[in-house]
Amino acid sequence: MGGMTTAMTGELGSETRPVAASAVDLTKVYGSGESEVRALDGVTLDLYAGEFTAVMGPSGSGKSTLMHCLAALDTPTSGEAVVAGTSLHRLRDRALTDLRRERIGFVFQAFNLVPTLTAQENILLSLSLSGRKPEPGWFDQVVDTIGLRSRLSHRPSELSGGQQQRVACARALVSRPSIVFADEPTGNLDSTSGAEVLSFLRRSVDDFGQTVVMVTHDPVAASYCDRVVFLADGRVVDELRQPDRETILARMAHLQDVALARAARLEDRVGDH
Amino acid sequence: MWRLTWRNLAARKVRLVMSTLAIVLGVAFLAGVLTFSHGLSATFDSIVKGSTPDGVVRPASSSAFDDGMAGVNVATLSPADVRALDALPETAEVAGNVDGFGMSLLDTDGKLVGGQGAPTIVTSHHEIENVLGEPTMTLSTGEWPDQPGEVTLDARSARIAGYELGEEVDMIAPTGVLRRQATLVGTADFYGGGTAGATLLIMSVEGAQQTFLGGRDAFTGASLTAAPGVTQQQLADAAQAVLPADFKALTGDKVIEESEDAIGEFLDIISTFLLVFAVIAVVVGAFIIVNTFSILVAQRMRDLALLRALGASRRQVSRSVLLEALVMSLVACVVGVLVGWGLALGLAALFRFVGLDIASSALVLTPGTVLVSFAVGVAVTMVAAYVPARRAGRVSPVAAMRDDVQVRGTSLHRRTVIGAAFLVLGAAAAAYGVAGAPGNDAAWIGAGALVWVLTVAAISSVIGRPVLLGCRALFRRLFGTPGLLASENALRDPRRTGATASALMIGLALVSTIGVLAGSFSKSVTDVVDEEFTSDFLVVGSTYQPFSTRIGDEMAAVDGVGVVSRQQNVGVGDASITSESSLVNAVDDAFHQIYELDMVAGRQHLDGHEVIIDADVAADRGLGVGDPMTLDFRAGAPQEVTVVGIFEPTLLTNPVTTHLSVVEAAGIQRQDSSLSINVASGADVAAVHATLDEVVADLPLVSVQDKAELADSIRGQVNQLLYMVYGLLALAIVIAVIGIINTLGLSVIERTRELGLLRAVGLTRPQLRRMVTLESVTIAVLGAVLGLVLGLVFGALLRYALRDDLTSLALPVGQLTGFLVLAVVVGVLAAILPAVRASRLDVLKAIATE
Repeated sequence: MGGMTTAMTGELGSETRPVAASAVDLTKVYGSGESEVRALDGVTLDLYAGEFTAVMGPSGSGKSTLMHCLAALDTPTSGEAVVAGTSLHRLRDRALTDLRRERIGFVFQAFNLVPTLTAQENILLSLSLSGRKPEPGWFDQVVDTIGLRSRLSHRPSELSGGQQQRVACARALVSRPSIVFADEPTGNLDSTSGAEVLSFLRRSVDDFGQTVVMVTHDPVAASYCDRVVFLADGRVVDELRQPDRETILARMAHLQDVALARAARLEDRVGDH
Repeated sequence: MWRLTWRNLAARKVRLVMSTLAIVLGVAFLAGVLTFSHGLSATFDSIVKGSTPDGVVRPASSSAFDDGMAGVNVATLSPADVRALDALPETAEVAGNVDGFGMSLLDTDGKLVGGQGAPTIVTSHHEIENVLGEPTMTLSTGEWPDQPGEVTLDARSARIAGYELGEEVDMIAPTGVLRRQATLVGTADFYGGGTAGATLLIMSVEGAQQTFLGGRDAFTGASLTAAPGVTQQQLADAAQAVLPADFKALTGDKVIEESEDAIGEFLDIISTFLLVFAVIAVVVGAFIIVNTFSILVAQRMRDLALLRALGASRRQVSRSVLLEALVMSLVACVVGVLVGWGLALGLAALFRFVGLDIASSALVLTPGTVLVSFAVGVAVTMVAAYVPARRAGRVSPVAAMRDDVQVRGTSLHRRTVIGAAFLVLGAAAAAYGVAGAPGNDAAWIGAGALVWVLTVAAISSVIGRPVLLGCRALFRRLFGTPGLLASENALRDPRRTGATASALMIGLALVSTIGVLAGSFSKSVTDVVDEEFTSDFLVVGSTYQPFSTRIGDEMAAVDGVGVVSRQQNVGVGDASITSESSLVNAVDDAFHQIYELDMVAGRQHLDGHEVIIDADVAADRGLGVGDPMTLDFRAGAPQEVTVVGIFEPTLLTNPVTTHLSVVEAAGIQRQDSSLSINVASGADVAAVHATLDEVVADLPLVSVQDKAELADSIRGQVNQLLYMVYGLLALAIVIAVIGIINTLGLSVIERTRELGLLRAVGLTRPQLRRMVTLESVTIAVLGAVLGLVLGLVFGALLRYALRDDLTSLALPVGQLTGFLVLAVVVGVLAAILPAVRASRLDVLKAIATE
C-alpha cells in the first residue's frame, strides 16, 4: 500500500494538464441481492489530454466497464462520467450517439471492421455517417502513418489481422476525436503486428497530440504509455508514470499477491464456520 | 440427438415462429380451399337430394338445371295427362308443375335481387315428398300461395329485398305483361336448409299458368311419389307408358345424378381455381423454408462442427436438422389446418356476399382434408430442409476450432451455367408453343414459363446482380452511408438475397402476367367493339338472360330508330357444334343490314332453313357451302339446315348462326337475347338513347348500351374475376413478405456484432433502422423487377397464344409501375420488425458478444 501513496503524491505535479475525460465516484452494479456484482466501486479518475494512458488490472477488476462508461457505451449506476467537457449523465441516445460519432474514437480487440466496406470506406465510416468530410490532408496523413495506402480499396477479408487493426486505428483517428479508447487492441495480434499498432498509437499521441486510453493486461503494451492506472475490484488502486516493463510487472505481481492473500483470508473465514 | 434437436428448437423460438408462419400459411390455404370445396359440394348435395321426388316428368329435350338461356320449351302436359299419371297403381301422389324461366324478383327500390351467379327458380307449389320421404320445401313463415296473385319467397330473398308478409312483391316476367305484382304470403326454404343463394319464387299452379302459359290449364312437368313397394324404376317405366311422346319420366336418382354432374362441373372449376392458388402459396412457402433453414444452419455451423468433432456422424448431424424440420412442420400443420378452417369460413362469407350461400354446417374439417394438408405441409418442409440438412452434415469438425466458418454450396458459377441451360430449355418450350406446336400452345408456353420461374429463382443471385448494383448506386446517392451499407448487405450473400427475393418474384410474375392479359383484354374489347359493332345501340339482358320480344316491338316504334335487328341464342346438343359453344345464334333479316361479316365463302344472308358457320367450325367439322347440317335443339325438335356461308370468326355472332324462323319451326318460344339498333339518318343519337332507356326504365334486367357502355360492361364482368385473382395472389405476396421479414430478422441476429460496432462508431438509431429498411427494399425491388420482367414476357407470350380472343397487346405501364411501388412499400413494411429489433440492440452486448 505504500507504493500507492507515493504514486498518488507523485501525480500531483501533473494536475495542471487539461483533462480529456474524467470519472467522478463512478459506480456500476450488475444484478441485485445475492448475485450483486460491483464492477466499479466509486472510481474517481482524470484522463489527461495528449497522454497515452493504460488501464490495467486482473480479469474482473472493472477496467473494461470503466472504459465502456467513459466511452458512452454503458451507463453507470451512480457517479458521473465527463468526456470532452460534456457530462454523459442523462444524455439521451441520440446525443450519446452524436458524442461517440464526433468526440470519441474506438479500437476493439476483434478489429470490428465492416466486412462489406473497403478499408477506405471503413476509415471514413463515422465521418460519412454524419455526412462530414475529413479535414484536408488529415486523411492522407493518417493513411500514410498506418502505411496502408496501397490497400485502401481492399476489403477486410483481404487484409491481415495487423493491417485490419491499423485500419481500425485510422478509423478512430480520422474524425479527430477528443479521446480514443482502445480495448485490448493487441489481444488478437502476433507480437510484430501488435508492436506496429502500439507504435502507431504512440505516434498519434506524440505527433498529433491525440489522447488515447487503452485497456490492456499486457505489460509490454502498457510500457508504450505515459501513464498506467491499476484497477482491482472496481477501484483505482495504483498508478505509474513513464513506466517500464519491469515496474509494471512488479506492480501487477503485487496486485496478484494482494488478491491471493485476500482469497486465502476468505477461505480461512469460511473454514472457521 | 432427440434432446439436442428439442433444445435447438426451444432456443430459437422467434426465428422458428417466423419460418413456421410460411408453412402455416401454405397449409392453411390448402386446408381452407379443401374445406370450402367440400362445404360447397355438400351444400348443393343436400339441396339436390332434398328437392328431388321419386319420379320426375319433364319435356324430353330439356336437361337438369336448365336456366332458360338456351331457349324455353313450349311443350306442355294437359290436365288429362296428369290425371292419367295419378290413375297409375304405381303412383301414390302426383302433382303437375309449372316451372317458369327468366322471371326476376325486384327489391323495394326496384333493383334486381340476385341475377349474378345463383339462379332465380320459379315454380308452382306442390306437396310431393322428396326421395327420402321428406317435404321438398318447408314453410318458415306465413303460408303457401293458393291464389294467382300470391307468392311465397325464400326467406333470404324476402329479407334482402325488404318485403314483409302481406306486402306487394315486384317481379319482372319474361313474357306477356312484363312487370307483375303479387302479395307475399309466406317464406319457405329447401328442406335441406338455405337455397345456396338461389332466389325461390313459388306461385300457385294457377298463378304460374297465368304467368308462363298465357292462362292455359297445362303443366310443364310433374312430380311423382311412388306407391308403397314400388321402385323408382318401376314408377318411371309406368309413367313413361302414359306420357305424350315429347315428355319423359325419370327416376329421382337419375335426376339427382344429372344435377350433381351439372353442378359438379361448376364446383370443379371453383375448386381447381382455388387449388391452383393454394399450390402457389405452398411453393412460395417452400422457398422461404429453404432459405430459413439455410440461414439457421449457417449460423449454427460452429455448433454443428463441434458435434462432428465430438463424434457425431454426418448422418446424425443431417438427421438432427431434418428432425427439427419435421417437428416444425407438424406444429405448423396443426396451426395451418385450424387457420385453414377459419379461412374456409371467411371464403364462405365472401361467396355469400356475391350470392352463393354455403351452409356453415357443411364447412367441417374432414379427415381427408386434414390428412392431405399434413402430408403436403410435412413433405414440402422436409424436401425444402433437405439441402440445408445435407450441407450441415458436410461441415468439417475442424470448423469448430476456427473463427470464421464459411460454408460453400454449389459454386455460383456452376449454378449459372446449369441455370443458363435451363433458361434455354424453357425458352425453347415457349418458342415451340409460340411457333404453333400441335395441341395446346398455351400449355407449352406455360411449361416454358414454369421452367423459367424456377430457374430464375435458382439463379436470381446472378441475374439480379445488376438490379442490386443499381440499388446500391441509387441508395448511396440518396441515403449516404446507411444506403451503401444496406446495399452491400444485400450483395454480401447473393444466394440468400436471391432466395428471399424469389418468393416475391413468383407472386409478382403471376400478378403482372395477369396484368398484361387483363390490359390486353381491355384493349381488345375496345378495339373489337370499335371496329366490329357497327350498330349504334345494343340491347342486352343482364347475365345474358333472354327477354320478351315486346321490348323489341316497343323500341322499333321509337321515333328516330332506323333498324332493329333481333337475335336469339338457342342451345343445341353438344354433338351438333364444337364443344366450345353450344349456343346457336338465330338472327332476323335486319341483322344483315346492320352487320357485315367477313365472308370466306358463300353468302351472309340467310333465308329459311339455312346456316352460316365460322371458319373454325367449318374446318373442325369438314363442312363447306352447300353441305347439310342438323341443329339438335335442346329445347325443341331437331332441324335440318344447309350451310350457305362461311365467315371469319367474330364476336358479332356465334360460330353457328341461323335464321329465327328455324327456331320457331323447332317449337321454341320466341324471346330476344339481344337487339341491335341503328338510328335513322339525321336522328339525334342522344335523344334516341334517352327514349330507348325510357322503354326499359322499369326493367332492370335489360339495358341499352352504346359502344362505350358495351365495352365497359364486358370489361366489368372480367374485372370481377380479376379482383378475385389479385386477392388470391395477394396471399402469395403476404407469404413473400414473411420471407423477407424472416431473412432480415435472421440477418440482424447474425450481424449483432457488426451492428453494435456501427452503433458504437456513431450510427444513430434512425440511421440503423433506415439501413435495415433499405436492405429490405433492395430485396423487394429485386424480386419485383425479376417478377415484372418475367410477367411481362409471359403475359406477352400468352397473349400471343390467345391472339384469337385477345386481338391487341397492351402493356399496362401504369399498373406495372404500381406493382413496383407496391414492392417498395412491401419492403418498407417487411423491415419494420427487424429494424426495430436491430435498433433496440444493446451496443455494449453487441460488441461483447464473442
